[in-house]
Amino acid sequence: MSVNAVSPSRLLAVVAPVFLILVVLPYVIDPYQTVLLSYGLIFAIAALGFNLLLGYTGLLSFGHSAYFGMGAYAVAFVVKYLKIQSMEVFLLAGILCSALVAALFGLVCVRYTRIFFGILTLALSQVLWSLVYKFFWVTGGSDGLRVPTPTLLGGTVKMAVGAGQDKLGFLSHRYYYYVLVIFCICVGVMWLIVHSPFGKALQAIRDNETRAEFVGVQVWHYRWVAFLISGSFTGLAGALWVPLNGLTTPDILHWTFSGEIVFFTVLGGFGTFAGPIVGAVVFNYLKTFAVGYTVYWQMLLGVVLVVLVLVLPAGIVGTASRLGLRFRRAEAT
Amino acid sequence: MDTLLIHLLNSLLYASVLFLIAGGLSLIYGVMRIVNLAHGNLYAFGAYTTAWAVGRILGGAPDASLALYALLPVGAVAAAALGAILEPTLLRPLYKRSEEYQLLITFGLLLILEDLMRLIWGPYPLSVSALYEGLGSLTIGESIYPTYNLIVIVVGAAAAAGLWAFIYRTQFGVVLRATSQNMRMASALGVNVNRVYVEAFTLGCFMAGLGGAIVVPQQGAVLGMGVDALILAFVVVVIGGLGSLEGALIGALMVGIVREFGITFFPEIELAVLYLMAAVVLLVRPAGLLGRA
Repeated sequence: MSVNAVSPSRLLAVVAPVFLILVVLPYVIDPYQTVLLSYGLIFAIAALGFNLLLGYTGLLSFGHSAYFGMGAYAVAFVVKYLKIQSMEVFLLAGILCSALVAALFGLVCVRYTRIFFGILTLALSQVLWSLVYKFFWVTGGSDGLRVPTPTLLGGTVKMAVGAGQDKLGFLSHRYYYYVLVIFCICVGVMWLIVHSPFGKALQAIRDNETRAEFVGVQVWHYRWVAFLISGSFTGLAGALWVPLNGLTTPDILHWTFSGEIVFFTVLGGFGTFAGPIVGAVVFNYLKTFAVGYTVYWQMLLGVVLVVLVLVLPAGIVGTASRLGLRFRRAEAT
Repeated sequence: MDTLLIHLLNSLLYASVLFLIAGGLSLIYGVMRIVNLAHGNLYAFGAYTTAWAVGRILGGAPDASLALYALLPVGAVAAAALGAILEPTLLRPLYKRSEEYQLLITFGLLLILEDLMRLIWGPYPLSVSALYEGLGSLTIGESIYPTYNLIVIVVGAAAAAGLWAFIYRTQFGVVLRATSQNMRMASALGVNVNRVYVEAFTLGCFMAGLGGAIVVPQQGAVLGMGVDALILAFVVVVIGGLGSLEGALIGALMVGIVREFGITFFPEIELAVLYLMAAVVLLVRPAGLLGRA
């Protein structure tokens, strides 16, 4: 479970090619695929935040849809009531609102661990869902709220509809790079967080709560801060997701979406830093494929999840790194 | 006065079905320490099976003969059979792992069962309203009340009483409670824990299936009914205490009453109030009103 110390050169050898590929890809693949990849990167940000709780603090939240949805609805409200279309304002609103909700819910939830933590986060996220669902004159109910294409970087990057630049072109190019930059920032920030003394303290709490407390870690306080950061990351992802989707509906607040967040984190492997990222991107492709391939896509995903839990509990990245380690050992001998 | 009585009867109706679902969920948690996210789907499975079986025999006939009511428990038996298959195959390999994995596998099961029902019975709702209408209605004061609803209430009450007797008055109940209190000790004393687990799981599924079977003449079977029911059952067991059957009964009554009056008087926040009730109970008494800490 522990995050092995990785030398900077080896880290660079992995990260640099991936980054380069992500930069070049929009010129190689068709726009639809690029948009799909944007979705994947956005879910990866959500999963990264989620995994701070599951992988590093040892708390399984079944209510992260609340923060994702809060980020998305904050953006929709900014558009509806403030008539602002700047992406930067969107992000700010998304982070602030989801952080606020996470701070509040966290205050309640972090007093519990294990199954009670899961149920409490689930119940609280369902409160939000039912409110958004029922107060249709504010939230549009099950119709949701539309969000138009935003202006990026305070309007310096123009979105000229009809001037040879369609919406898909915008989303698959400029918006993709916008998402990519924020994704990289998030990965960097999260890397710093989990490798900081604060991150180490969280892992200590995960591994042995009593011992951590004896060493002087304020367990309750650390958990709350982790909850707050986790919710804010997921909220940021929600805010990025809305313009891409063009619409936000109560579905993303429902607990089954929380289940999907858990799903892709486990798919990638929650014991590793890169696991949630890989899991989110792979899950996004898997789901898109399943939905296009069969009406019974839920069953397909369910089977994948069951097989994963039974056969590959360490996830894609966890299993790959284990295999890699074995391979290198075999080579050394 | 009449309206109040009708509201109360409706509350009891909700409570009966909720108790059947939540009681099963709580029983399974109490004995096996597993929160079964697919439990709502077993309830839906019971509803679909009953609707299908009754529909097959009824054909297009508009009138329901009394004999058809005997078919209602088919759904419960089917759900129990499904449970008896699922526990040894999917859940048993996971008891030694952390509970995150148990939640995940039941979530995967939820996804599979949801689509399995779509695959078998198609995307359209099934209804057997002939059974609902076949019993006519009663006149209470100046209002009319469907007789079938009273049957649901009676079945719910009978199930609660039967379960109580089963758990506190039979040999099997003793073994069940012993396993629930201390699995290792029970095992050391010669209890076949694997068998108790599969029996408890089957019994829990039977109750969920029974809930679905008796509710289907009134509401019909629709996709998604399981997921909705699961969340309400969660609220019930959290209020009453995970693992406590008395708690499930009290929780079901509370949720039934709040829901019925909520729909009448504050429909916008009815669901939110229920979830908040659960959250508040968890805060004040984490183990629930009647749960063991």
